[in-house]
Amino acid sequence: MDLVESYREDLRFARRRITRTLLGLLIVAVAVFPWLAPQYAVFLVTLIALYSIGVMGQNLLIGYTGQISFGQAGFLAIGAFTFGHLRIWGLPFPVALAGAGLAAAVAGLLVGFPSLRLKGPYLSIATLGFGVAVYQAFVNWEVLSGGRSGLAIPKLTPLLGLSATQTVYYIYVVLLALFTLATYNIVSSYIGRAFIAIRDADIAAEVNGVNLTRYKLLAFALSSFYTGVHGALYAQVLGHIEPQIFNVLESITLFVAVIIGGVASVEGSILGAAFVLLVPKVFADFREMVPVVFGVTILLVLIFEPLGLYGRWLKTRLYFQLWPFR
Amino acid sequence: MDRLLQYALTGVSAGSLYALVALGVVLIYRSTRVLNFAHGDIATLATFVAFSMLTHRYSFGVAVAVSLLVGAAVGVVFYFGVLVKAQRQGANLLGMVILTLGLALIIQGVVVYVWGAEPVSLPFPISDTKTYRVGGVVVSQLALATIAAGVAGSLGLYLLVQRTRVGLAMRATSENLMAAQTLGIPTRMVLGVAWGTASALGVVAGIFLAPALLLDPFFMLDPFLKGFAAAVLGGLNSLPGAVVGALILGVAESLTGAYLTIQFKNTLAFLIIIVVLLVRPEGLLGREFKERV
Repeated sequence: MDLVESYREDLRFARRRITRTLLGLLIVAVAVFPWLAPQYAVFLVTLIALYSIGVMGQNLLIGYTGQISFGQAGFLAIGAFTFGHLRIWGLPFPVALAGAGLAAAVAGLLVGFPSLRLKGPYLSIATLGFGVAVYQAFVNWEVLSGGRSGLAIPKLTPLLGLSATQTVYYIYVVLLALFTLATYNIVSSYIGRAFIAIRDADIAAEVNGVNLTRYKLLAFALSSFYTGVHGALYAQVLGHIEPQIFNVLESITLFVAVIIGGVASVEGSILGAAFVLLVPKVFADFREMVPVVFGVTILLVLIFEPLGLYGRWLKTRLYFQLWPFR
Repeated sequence: MDRLLQYALTGVSAGSLYALVALGVVLIYRSTRVLNFAHGDIATLATFVAFSMLTHRYSFGVAVAVSLLVGAAVGVVFYFGVLVKAQRQGANLLGMVILTLGLALIIQGVVVYVWGAEPVSLPFPISDTKTYRVGGVVVSQLALATIAAGVAGSLGLYLLVQRTRVGLAMRATSENLMAAQTLGIPTRMVLGVAWGTASALGVVAGIFLAPALLLDPFFMLDPFLKGFAAAVLGGLNSLPGAVVGALILGVAESLTGAYLTIQFKNTLAFLIIIVVLLVRPEGLLGREFKERV
């Protein structure tokens, strides 16, 4: 159907004309969305954009490198509070954002060290311990968390005559686009292939010359950088953060998003983020049913569609490409 | 000295509950290589069933018996209804772990839907205000009963696994599934029994925890994480390891709370585990994993 003749062509972002057209349409749609949609919908898409970044990071770790981490809430908290303090000191938004990501990445590097010795369930308990430790540190040290009332984060000043919601929307969507591009580049480079090799058989990867120490730590650092940025962007949207937000359930939600969206897929991360954010809105009247929907979806996904929502999308696309044959 | 003993005893009492949870986790992990994230939630569900029966004036014994059956039934049904199906579809281990996470979420939702999120207190015949004095140490009736339940649970499981034909079949199945099948052991059935027993052990822990805490849909989360951590500390494929790990965790937690810092006792417990794992990645009593590439 589409013949790839050279490595250059294989690396091309959008290979076929139809993909380029659809991509262009998507960009236009995203650009005009805040002018047509109600403010609430714009806010929701903003949330999805920031959540997608965190899910992508988690997917790099779980889906590509195969390291289970239940400590994501810890990185979220570190990102959010670093960002909060930097902003309160008066640093501009991009600097604070980078600071938040870097702080989380350093923490991720530290958490990555146990991963060099531990596997599977043992690693998951170590990361869980990290999540609990960070949570308790923020709950108990008022210097870090701003005490009972939490941290209030200065609002972004609207740019170019846009409304506040629109400004945040555009900034977040552009950030999501940048992170998506970066992720595509990571997973299709040597680093990504090293991650996948580690996931499939770490000893075999090492024998073939993948430096396990370096790439496991890099996976943790990268993933927690994403998560830290997610935490920072979330803090900016909320405008007010307290440590209770970043509990174990938040880690589990990120995990669920990865599974439902599709393990080891970039687009799947965005779909998964949209799923875990939109389902609670749809079931707003039956709040207690939200975990049930998540749970049932996980069961269905794993039994019938192991690739998640992304796998469904692939199959649908293939159906139309092959139509009327099958 | 009395103070130290007092705190150690509190730790042993907490530790015996962790042991019950940890034994369930280990039993399931050993036999099916699945980490059961729904372990705590199954216990929560069954404890709420006991609560409902007690408020409808059934006797305590009946309520406990029914809740144990409910817990075991959920475990068995999940194993046969979902895990076996997933296995036939070729799900990998990570997939099966995630399936238990799905079950956990479903049970959580159901419990909140049926019983509401408001904390309730479980009417319990053993009081935690009546105390006995042994030497310089004060023991509450509840703590004694908890320790007794822990000992009874561990001993019962020991007898089941080491002294019965079912136990022999369980050990054979966890040792080598294929060989066990070849020898005519109904492995599916045996694994089902393991899931049922493990879930029932978790329910015992839940019922003895409920009077100390208030009963709400998330009350098992923390004990479950502790039990899970204890199991990892002891080594996930060793049943005695689970008990040892749980007692160490309980006592360490209680002593840190007493002498160092009360706010960080959970954190310190986890830090101890991480440090131990860094020295012995397979847990205290676990056997080393050997892998073929």
